[in-house]
Amino acid sequence: MQAVHRQPLSLKLLSSGFLFFWCIVAAFPIVWITVMSFKSPVDAFDASALNVIFGPQTLADGKGISLLDILAYLGVAIWMGRSIKRTLPGMVMTFADKSGPVWLGWIIGASITGLVVLVVFFALLPTVLGFLNPLVGPLGRDIWGFTTEHYTTVWIDRAFYRNFQNSMIVTAGVVTVSLTVGTLAGYGLARSGSVLAFGILIIALVFRALPPSVLVAGYLPVFINSAELLRPFLGDAAPTLYGKPYAVIAVLVAMNQPFTIWMLRSFFQNIPAELDEAARVDGCNHFQAFRRVIMPVMWPGVITTGLFSFLLAYNDFLVTSLLLDAQNQTMVPAIAGMFNRETTTTDQVVAVAAAVSITAPLIILVMVFQRQIVSGLTAGAVKG
Amino acid sequence: MKFKTFAVFVGPSVLMMLLFIAFPLVSVFLQSFQVTQPVYETVEVETCTPGFLEQTCVTEMSSVPKLDEHGEIITTTTFVGLQSYRNVLEPDRAWAAIKAFDWRGLQTIDFWKALRFTLTFTFITLPLVIGTGLAIALAINNAARSVKGPVIFVSLLPFIITPVIGALSINWLFRGDGILTAWLERMLDRDIALFAQAWTIEVLMMIYRVWHVAPFAAIVFYAALQTVNHDSLESALIDGATRWQRLKYIVIPHLMPLIVFVSMIHLMDTYRAFEEIVGFSSQGYVISLQWLTYDFLVPDQAGNRSVSRASASAMLTMIGIAIILVPLLKRTWRDHRRSH
Repeated sequence: MQAVHRQPLSLKLLSSGFLFFWCIVAAFPIVWITVMSFKSPVDAFDASALNVIFGPQTLADGKGISLLDILAYLGVAIWMGRSIKRTLPGMVMTFADKSGPVWLGWIIGASITGLVVLVVFFALLPTVLGFLNPLVGPLGRDIWGFTTEHYTTVWIDRAFYRNFQNSMIVTAGVVTVSLTVGTLAGYGLARSGSVLAFGILIIALVFRALPPSVLVAGYLPVFINSAELLRPFLGDAAPTLYGKPYAVIAVLVAMNQPFTIWMLRSFFQNIPAELDEAARVDGCNHFQAFRRVIMPVMWPGVITTGLFSFLLAYNDFLVTSLLLDAQNQTMVPAIAGMFNRETTTTDQVVAVAAAVSITAPLIILVMVFQRQIVSGLTAGAVKG
Repeated sequence: MKFKTFAVFVGPSVLMMLLFIAFPLVSVFLQSFQVTQPVYETVEVETCTPGFLEQTCVTEMSSVPKLDEHGEIITTTTFVGLQSYRNVLEPDRAWAAIKAFDWRGLQTIDFWKALRFTLTFTFITLPLVIGTGLAIALAINNAARSVKGPVIFVSLLPFIITPVIGALSINWLFRGDGILTAWLERMLDRDIALFAQAWTIEVLMMIYRVWHVAPFAAIVFYAALQTVNHDSLESALIDGATRWQRLKYIVIPHLMPLIVFVSMIHLMDTYRAFEEIVGFSSQGYVISLQWLTYDFLVPDQAGNRSVSRASASAMLTMIGIAIILVPLLKRTWRDHRRSH
């Protein structure tokens, strides 16, 4: 469209101006809370934007970084980013060739990388720079207010790592179970043209529209009293489901099923049915055909659907806040508690730091999986 | 595919949906007609305080919950008919307010307040989301190839961010003398307190919602813009159609099914609005239907959850869902008929 028809300059300017404006609007709140989280409370909630950015009060409190610090951190970050991009895929592939499946290689690779990044940025660089700064004169003087103390407060003093752990347990559980169950169902639904299959899809659509609070109103009394209700079947081993991560995993998987099966069904419909028919002519039954022919080609769809399951479980507030007790609390409800305390501005900045901590993994997720997320958004819609 | 094979493939998923969606629905329906309460018994309690010569004793009748042999409170469940619905809807007060044209009076009842907000919120954000999404999609489509990737990356951020956190982050920009409030005050040269009255909070919530959902609409529309028929655009150009006419008569009709699709999803999701209330902590001023149910389910100071009232409010919320679903189901049915 754009190549054929020359557009007048005014329209081009309007279009790119609007796009620029949108990008600022889209990113501003996230960038801004990130900036706030590194400042002392007085600066973070200052009315002047410049004070928030440069943090004079933070600097006056003796928490700042020097030009040398900035250069060193930026340089190391860029260098590490490049070398990770260059060497990590190769190393994973070598690992996959020798000793295990590819996904395991990626998990191990990602955890090692994460660990190295943590050690370099939070242990190695501060020590080295603390030694260097006094030696280089004006370059080593603090010029920019910057502090990571709120992150320390959140993660160590407020034990946010425990909420992080719980979030990871719930999210990993939801993604695994929901993909396993959903893939089978999606395949079955895509390959069966029966009225029953269509009925299931329609009912799933109705279920997709239900507000989670409606369902939670149904679970709560049952979950709280489950030990009594299940005693006749399970004896004294009957568990109280309220507060248990696995119960929440089951609930979130079920709530996510309607969306998952619709999405996976549309992916499986794009895999030509001739493929598994050929396998069945060669003597496979449906399960063998699924295992040997479909599974190797279904990963793009599964990864995309998995991303959306991840987002649902990771972002959930309502279900986790009502069905988990304080001990098993995940990150999002925990931060809402932190924010509602609303006592001092310090508490507020701590909450801001927690919010940024929750958002950071999501941003990395988009960086890595942008293409899959876009294809997932459009997959349901374009045919829909 | 034989039924047995089909059942094995689909079984686990259907079982989960039955167990965790269909069954709770039925139980919510039943709960909404019942009330579960502890059994109380009246006991004579003698309280004595030390006094001079002899202690002063007072005997009082007080009601305490009955305990069973394990020391747990015994509860009974009684059928109360529509009582819970009456507690939520407060029909007498509502009717009196309607008869007196007392809008404020009606808005003091939580359910009607929540319904009013949910509906205005849904219908005001709908055109804004579609419009903004379309504008972003057209602008991305118009942009140079090299900036498209980064722009889509930035656009996705508001969409994938945790809703509560997204609402919070906008909240922090405006709360107190937040940076944007300060900016507004300087522009308008007057004092502004955005969190002191309901309507400003509602406007902020709508801004948040459009910010959060417009990227989804934009990506969907952008993908569809790639499939616009070039031949019809060419011929329209030859016939002397202006840019605006081409947009109106070719591009928009091409996008129409997707505009309908995005609207449906948006209606469904906005009707369930909830995270905004938490993120803006606006429960003192503005509440939504789903928040009402949530609030009934959260234990009060005495540790009781009003499950029956929550169930009643949940069932009332479902009426709206049913109305939204009818056109969607019709559409799916039509597509299904067409494809077979």
